[in-house]
Amino acid sequence: MTAAAYNAISQSTGEPSLAQSGAGQSGAGQDGGTVGAAVTVAGAVLLPPSTRFGPALRAVYAGQLARGRVARVPLLFVAAFQSLGIMLLLRGVVDTGNETTSEQVVAGSTVLVVAFVALNLLAQRFGALRAAGALDYYLTLPIPGSAVVLGTAASYASFAVPGTVITAVVGALLFDLPLSGLWLLLPVAALAGASLAGIGAAIGLLAPRQELATVAGQVGMSVVLFVGIIPADRLPAGANVLRDLVPSTYAVDVLAAAFRPSVDWAAAAADLLVCAVVAVITLTAASMALRRAGNARG
Amino acid sequence: MGRVLSYAVRGLTRRHGVGERAVLATCDLDLDIERGEVFGVLGPNGAGKTTLVRQLMGLIRPDAGSIEMLGWDIVARPDIPPRLAAYLGQADTALADLPVGVAVETTARLRGLGRAASRAARTAVMDELGLAPIASRPLRHLSGGQRRLAAVACTLVGDRQVLVLDEPTTGLDPTARRAVWSALQRRRATTGVTVLLVTHNVLEAETVLDRVAVLDAGRVIACDTPGRLKASVSGDVRLDLVWRSEPPRDDPTIVRLAQHAEITGHRWSTRMTAADAREALARLTAGPAFAALDDFTLATPSLEDVYLALGGASRTLERT
Repeated sequence: MTAAAYNAISQSTGEPSLAQSGAGQSGAGQDGGTVGAAVTVAGAVLLPPSTRFGPALRAVYAGQLARGRVARVPLLFVAAFQSLGIMLLLRGVVDTGNETTSEQVVAGSTVLVVAFVALNLLAQRFGALRAAGALDYYLTLPIPGSAVVLGTAASYASFAVPGTVITAVVGALLFDLPLSGLWLLLPVAALAGASLAGIGAAIGLLAPRQELATVAGQVGMSVVLFVGIIPADRLPAGANVLRDLVPSTYAVDVLAAAFRPSVDWAAAAADLLVCAVVAVITLTAASMALRRAGNARG
Repeated sequence: MGRVLSYAVRGLTRRHGVGERAVLATCDLDLDIERGEVFGVLGPNGAGKTTLVRQLMGLIRPDAGSIEMLGWDIVARPDIPPRLAAYLGQADTALADLPVGVAVETTARLRGLGRAASRAARTAVMDELGLAPIASRPLRHLSGGQRRLAAVACTLVGDRQVLVLDEPTTGLDPTARRAVWSALQRRRATTGVTVLLVTHNVLEAETVLDRVAVLDAGRVIACDTPGRLKASVSGDVRLDLVWRSEPPRDDPTIVRLAQHAEITGHRWSTRMTAADAREALARLTAGPAFAALDDFTLATPSLEDVYLALGGASRTLERT
């Protein structure tokens, strides 16, 4: 079989069901980091295996965390300072007796930290990589695009963790809210982080220009701020639609509930599910956009 | 069954832009690159070198034509080049915040090496390129040359069969440049690695390449060994003159040289037969023009002369 014939077959049947010749078994299994046996067809050389998703994801994530170590201090605290400032401001305005509003302000400010890092900064990062032609680095490595997007998104979500904890704890103390349900912050930050990072990555990779990616990331963060902190019943007409469309809303609702004595678990689970579904959709879209972003550059 | 080439390119065509503003970045280009060859693509800025190698890495799709890489049709399967080749692009922003050692090791991991193997490969390549002393410094804090060298290390790690390098030695000092050239030659000699190297540096092309394709406006205008290419224009030599003051315009030798010279400020560059050059030089050094002459060089043809003799129009090739 010629390589051309192989291509025809592989396109119709998908990669794994390849014809393999006897020579095609080496190269795999370098500490288990690769997937599939090396393959060959008559007239073409041995094709080394791709790197598996898991090891690729871990390597991207570890690399991004190492990046963060250099820029950690500003990254972690700029996000938290913004939210702390908003809470202090509103503490002077809001009546602490109004528990619904207090919950909403603290939960909204906490999720805003996630939005700042995962949506805004990640959109800027991918926009900058794309504009510089630096995505070529990832696109010429034998790794799935989803590992690049997920690994980077996960690292940015990790950067948001200290800021969210600080914001939630300080907020609860400021507004006299109970801290007992705060463990819910863990799934909220993870799933809000994943869904907002998916949006951020998709914006960065799909925006036609770097400046547009930056602007879109900032607008996205402002929307999260607006519909996240203002209680739903006080939003202007029409903004409620926006509120329902933004995944951060669901994260804010769960976190606001966490400050109440009794939590409606079914509603919380449903809200978290929405975040998870949005995360899957946007991260998939971003992974597809990564390949397209490389190909579109002249 | 014929031999398997590292690259067999036929009729490759790629446009930039659309409609009337469309530019042919690659134009009906054919290329055969043997396995184990150090092959160069030489051309001025804008000749289409980067667009060509990005197509060879599956990063952009050609509008027409075919590319076979080691027997595989990579136009249909753009996922294949990353499995066979390592690529050094011109941008390293993806790695800029990483310490050099982490950048190299992470790249090895992404090429499928395990933890221990990645660490060993990192140490080996960093020692080879003399990067060990700066292993813990982030790329963005390095000088341009060191940073480029670190990016080269990321490309070399993980032992690919084909190395595609877009101007690997830009900004490197002569020592680092030679370290890169040796590293490439070593891989070719020991494991038969194919090297495809883009350059606009004539010295690099003449020093390290087995064969070179001279590219101009998206076309290959010549492709052969550097020696044979130079021999094809060997009737001519290049006489370069540098004036410290305005040369006497009534001197017949000056008048004749001025008609054919490419003049850049005080520098005149002319091409002529060896006999004519000797005669012109004798007249200049014996006559009144000698007082205005600051320096001269008489050189046998370089690849730059090949490029110009073949009709290349740009003047952005580097000589040193």
